[in-house]
Amino acid sequence: MIRTQQTLQTNLGNPILECTGITKRFGGLTAVNNVDFKIHNGEVVGLVGDNGAGKSTLVQIISGVYLPDEGQICVDGEKVAFSSPMDARNAGIETIYQDLALATNLNAADNIFLGREILNKKTKMFSVLDRKTMKEEARTILKELEITIPGLDRPIRELSGGQRQAVAISRSIYWNAKLLIMDEPTAALGVPEQRKVYELVGKLKERNVPIIVISHNMNDVFTVADRIVVLRRGKKVADVNVSDTNDEQIVSWMVGKDDDSKESE
Amino acid sequence: MWIPQKHRLLSTNPTSLYYFTITKSKSFLGYAQEGPRILVYMKTMKIKQKIISKQRDHTKALLYLGKYWVWIFLVILIGGFSSAPGFFSLDNFQAVLANNSLLLVLAIGQSFVIITGGIDLSTGWVMGLASVAASLIMRQFPLDANLLLVIGAGLLMSLIIGLLAGWINGIVISKLKVPPFIATLGMYGIARGLGYILSGGPPVSVNHPGIGQFGNGYVFYFHPDTGTNLFKVPEGISGLELRQMSTFLPYLVVYFLIILVIFHLVLSKTRFGQHVYAVGGNKMAALRAGIPVDKILTQVYILSAVMASVAGFLYVMRYSGGVAAAGDALNLNSVAAVVVGGASLNGGEGTIIGTLAGTLIIAFIQNGLIILGIDPFYQYVAVGVIIIFAVLIDQIKRQGVK
Repeated sequence: MIRTQQTLQTNLGNPILECTGITKRFGGLTAVNNVDFKIHNGEVVGLVGDNGAGKSTLVQIISGVYLPDEGQICVDGEKVAFSSPMDARNAGIETIYQDLALATNLNAADNIFLGREILNKKTKMFSVLDRKTMKEEARTILKELEITIPGLDRPIRELSGGQRQAVAISRSIYWNAKLLIMDEPTAALGVPEQRKVYELVGKLKERNVPIIVISHNMNDVFTVADRIVVLRRGKKVADVNVSDTNDEQIVSWMVGKDDDSKESE
Repeated sequence: MWIPQKHRLLSTNPTSLYYFTITKSKSFLGYAQEGPRILVYMKTMKIKQKIISKQRDHTKALLYLGKYWVWIFLVILIGGFSSAPGFFSLDNFQAVLANNSLLLVLAIGQSFVIITGGIDLSTGWVMGLASVAASLIMRQFPLDANLLLVIGAGLLMSLIIGLLAGWINGIVISKLKVPPFIATLGMYGIARGLGYILSGGPPVSVNHPGIGQFGNGYVFYFHPDTGTNLFKVPEGISGLELRQMSTFLPYLVVYFLIILVIFHLVLSKTRFGQHVYAVGGNKMAALRAGIPVDKILTQVYILSAVMASVAGFLYVMRYSGGVAAAGDALNLNSVAAVVVGGASLNGGEGTIIGTLAGTLIIAFIQNGLIILGIDPFYQYVAVGVIIIFAVLIDQIKRQGVK
């Protein structure tokens, strides 16, 4: 009963997420200025920009932390207004935070089902956990994503950074994420670990899960993304396919060297 | 790049640079064609690799030691004291268990609190207040009143005290965000003061005949002449014959075994227990996962105070009366028992079975030293040393894992 199967059935033609004219002001500062953004199923979009370019704010608007001052967000063609991160999660938008939001004293299965535990039906009155089913489900989803972790019974803190990332990702996939937002996914990882995360992103893409990857790391973006969106001072300055650009060009957009020539449509 | 066999490190991934390492970095200079940059990289890799593999070995040993040292220590302790006359006997073990059942009940409540990363410093004094309040209510009944009614009233009164004290602790900590140490220290003073105010100072006795049986009785009474009797002393036995009688399984041990099993199951098998661990492990993660963190925190402090009030009620049963200072000595010992039992004051770790072991260690140290005729004040020193030792082991365990 893996719920991720449903992800495959969602409409391929229309964008899964479409933001139009998003603007967010903090006092006198316009953090995000009239940004259009959309992402289709199976697409990986790299969201890049210098510090303060507005990429965090944009992502926080999408994940329900902030309400935009102007503009609208459509998920699956339907207009939404998230008033809390929980709303966004319920709509299928999962954010993998840098600190991963895992309870490191618990094992992988416990973490995948954290807050949404499966209970034993026979002893419903006492809310007894059905650890066996949770473990089997966890094993299935990890296997599907080809994630190997040493022992499902070991607490997460005994796993490496990449393995933890993998557990966090499989949690969102298990709970049927329509859209995955990864905030600096490789920031704290070593080279082999980074490679594993790239592989995982590739697998999610095969499963048609759209992913927004926020990163400072050009290598990250060019390895995993299909399309790159560059923000600068709150404005979208570029929206290009990876094959049509190179990292020098992206960096120059980020810092604003040839500003006028490549302003996006 | 060719690297001699002896310098290759067995790695699962031959494409990774981890695959190659060098035993002597100087000799590597001979065949490093890629220049100093890769040399530096590989040097750091080598060091990292060494540290990691060393850590893994140590970690495994430490994990096992960290997990089971309490039980190993308990066995050594019992073995060591067994030379003392009368220590290794059923009677003594029964007495130790019965005498420390109240401590265990407090420590079970304390375990839940400590696993969430908090601490309950008020538990011993809530126990005292509950014992006083229960005694005062029970005294209102005439001496020939139905015993079950009297006991029921006393139990109800102590539970009310526990619920109230725990609810206040929980709200102050979870909603008003007062640190648990301070909040429960406040409750410590409030419960202590109220206990003395209500009782006026001296113990409040409960004189209903038969009350003491509930706290001091045994399940089995065995006499060579009359055989086995359940629940009470066989009639017509007195004087010398009474001394020949053997007794098994004190009621208090039955009570605590029931409580122990219930709360072991609650902590290890239920969703509530799982959320207690999650809150202690990573509060933010628990919040983001939709766990009602404030509610869980309130509940554990209520649980702790209710356990304290149950202990206070059992105190009345055992000593036929209540006193404000009933739990004075048990207050910090309950924290000690939980910590010695493997719980971490940082939260997220600990089990009820571990708490049982911690309680037994403290209990047997006290008992053994008394039987050996050593000045009883040394037991404080011994327990103190073991607490520090337990926390050190916890820290080493954590560092080993990192």
